[in-house]
Amino acid sequence: MKKYILAVLVDNKPGVLTHVSGLISRRAFNIESISAGYTEDEDVTRINIEVSVEDDRELEQVVNQLGKLIDVIKIVNLGLVDSIIRELVLLKVRASKGSLADIRNIVDIFRGKIVDVSPENVVIELTGSQSKINAICEMLAEFEIIEIARTGAIALSRGPIPIKKM
Amino acid sequence: MNGAQTILESLKRENVDLVFGYPGGAVLDLYDAVYQAKFPHILTRHEQGAVHAADGYARATGKVGVVFATSGPGATNLITGIATAYMDSVPLVCFTGQVTNPLIGKDSFQEADIVGITTPITKHNYLVKKASELPRVIKEAFFIARTGRPGPVVIDIAKDVFTTMIEYDYPQKVKLRGYKGDFTGDEHQIDDVMEALGEAKRPVFFIGGGVTLSDQTDVLRDIVKYTGIPVVSSLMGLGCIPAKEEGFLGMVGMHGSYAANMAVQKSDLLIGIGVRFDDRVTGKVDAFAPNAKVVHFEVDKAEINKNVFSHYPVIGDLCWSLPIFSERLHKTGVDYFARFAKWHKQTLDMDRECPFSYKTNEQFIMPQQLIDTVSQLVDENTIVVTDVGQHQMWAAQFFDSRNPRQFITSGGLGTMGYGLPAAIGAKLGCPDKKVVLFTGDGSVMMNCQEMSTAADNEIDVKVVLLHNRVLGMVTQWQRMFYGKRYSQTLLGGKTDYVKLAQAMGMEACRIEKPQELRESLEKALNVEGPMLIDVMLPANEDVLPMVAPGAQLDNMVLGGSEE
Repeated sequence: MKKYILAVLVDNKPGVLTHVSGLISRRAFNIESISAGYTEDEDVTRINIEVSVEDDRELEQVVNQLGKLIDVIKIVNLGLVDSIIRELVLLKVRASKGSLADIRNIVDIFRGKIVDVSPENVVIELTGSQSKINAICEMLAEFEIIEIARTGAIALSRGPIPIKKM
Repeated sequence: MNGAQTILESLKRENVDLVFGYPGGAVLDLYDAVYQAKFPHILTRHEQGAVHAADGYARATGKVGVVFATSGPGATNLITGIATAYMDSVPLVCFTGQVTNPLIGKDSFQEADIVGITTPITKHNYLVKKASELPRVIKEAFFIARTGRPGPVVIDIAKDVFTTMIEYDYPQKVKLRGYKGDFTGDEHQIDDVMEALGEAKRPVFFIGGGVTLSDQTDVLRDIVKYTGIPVVSSLMGLGCIPAKEEGFLGMVGMHGSYAANMAVQKSDLLIGIGVRFDDRVTGKVDAFAPNAKVVHFEVDKAEINKNVFSHYPVIGDLCWSLPIFSERLHKTGVDYFARFAKWHKQTLDMDRECPFSYKTNEQFIMPQQLIDTVSQLVDENTIVVTDVGQHQMWAAQFFDSRNPRQFITSGGLGTMGYGLPAAIGAKLGCPDKKVVLFTGDGSVMMNCQEMSTAADNEIDVKVVLLHNRVLGMVTQWQRMFYGKRYSQTLLGGKTDYVKLAQAMGMEACRIEKPQELRESLEKALNVEGPMLIDVMLPANEDVLPMVAPGAQLDNMVLGGSEE
């Protein structure tokens, strides 16, 4: 299975997410993550979809089927152009006086931030590639991760050209 | 004007001259406007009947079919019909009432999330909560339904929208950022096809419903005549080339003709036109047309490489691509007819060697004989509608379809119960044409309430009931693959369909003996008004040839005179 990240520009209208998610389920596509948010154009929402596909033909199907949705304005496969891919994670980790210094060390190495602290836990914020996030999770496992919230991947291409002009 | 009047006024602007529907609480205001405007409307006896009727109307006329239904159960009763239309790319616009704005999301009486439910089976859908959006939404809906690859669009409207007053202004143009409705493509792709054709020795045209949908029959017929390339058709493409035309090898696929299936398997260039390579056509997909490069003329980009890899895709509306293809063919000056003459003859020989056939006997009317006889008795403008099952396949094999939009059948979804309402819709769309429905005793019961619609509105449909007291296609599979264990497929046979039709207000008659078949049929088909013809048939006849599911196309169980 190969993973790609698709940037999908859609009309900012009610029902759009229903249409996109309905299509994904109907066509039995494998989605790793999906996230959506406003853009520089108030009428346009950007949906970031991370897909897993067996081969190029399946990838072509995902793109073409999504492209048929009336609300979809543009799809660019950012996995095929030079781009920056990031994910945000918030981690709630068990912490005590004894372990706090060790946790902080690890967070610093990964260039994360501790954004909340209580006598029993810390909340860590970290952005990065998925492999980096997986790595910190592994390192923090020994302190007990209480809860994880991940956004899924988002991406932007390098250089001045936005995807709507690609 | 209010929201309800806005809808009717917009329908007039879209040249809608008939609506099919069924009233209810959420659409009372819409129906009040229908009453006051005397808007032409057919009341079916079930919402499913309304949507199939609109579908039959759309397929027969090429216009957009329009449906009204109420919220909740009214709307959910449309689902099968919407899915049927979606699979066969039929343009529909369905208006459903929704509960009032403040009640949405509260599990209110007769509330269902119709946008959510219909998302996977519509080309697009809308929930309208503000009356001011109605003109734009309706304009877009008709544009989306009829352009490109057509399909059904649902407009779900909150009840209070119908009574809200607005300034009416119908937009002239549609503004959609993600959908242009312009499907011209890249001419270089046609150049590539020309090159491939230059090298081909055994080309075959494989035509489908797209040819009908884009009204390109004439161009196609010219291409076929000019090149002499043999033609096979999917179920949806029947009628585009007249059944008796030389070089037309008939339907391809699971119940396709020997010649059609063999030609595909032997071809070195398979030219698909407006087809989607359904599994009922391809059989085992890895062994489909194993020696052929595939050309695919298709409006929907997502169909390219979906089921079968195409070496030469031509993406674009057939309205654009076929005329250019035809022009290129004529321009080359190549005598294609002479070039492919040997191959042409080879396929005709296969057709002669093993045509669709059946044996008659003194005792029973054979189903194929019935369809064959009807085919001989009706004129070339007759519209044939079918339900789903054995009779559908026999109709495809033995009725000589001579024109597009005259063989109306649920191909993709295979919806039993489609036939009767679709026939009603087809007749209302084409009042000057005779409409004959072939149905089975299984299928007809699934929407038999629509006999009442036909009777009360004097809609002249001739219902030819292939009555064999079994769910025939399923029994055939049980006979062939399940050791003759006829699980839940034997109907009791106590239902008197003649009386049923008469109780609904239709004329009806029964035919039992082969000796009386022709004469009785002729008489019954020429009665004025709706008529059910109950034809008694033996229960154990198989549809043949047959390619077993998952087998390759040239691995056919043959039948008829071969046995």
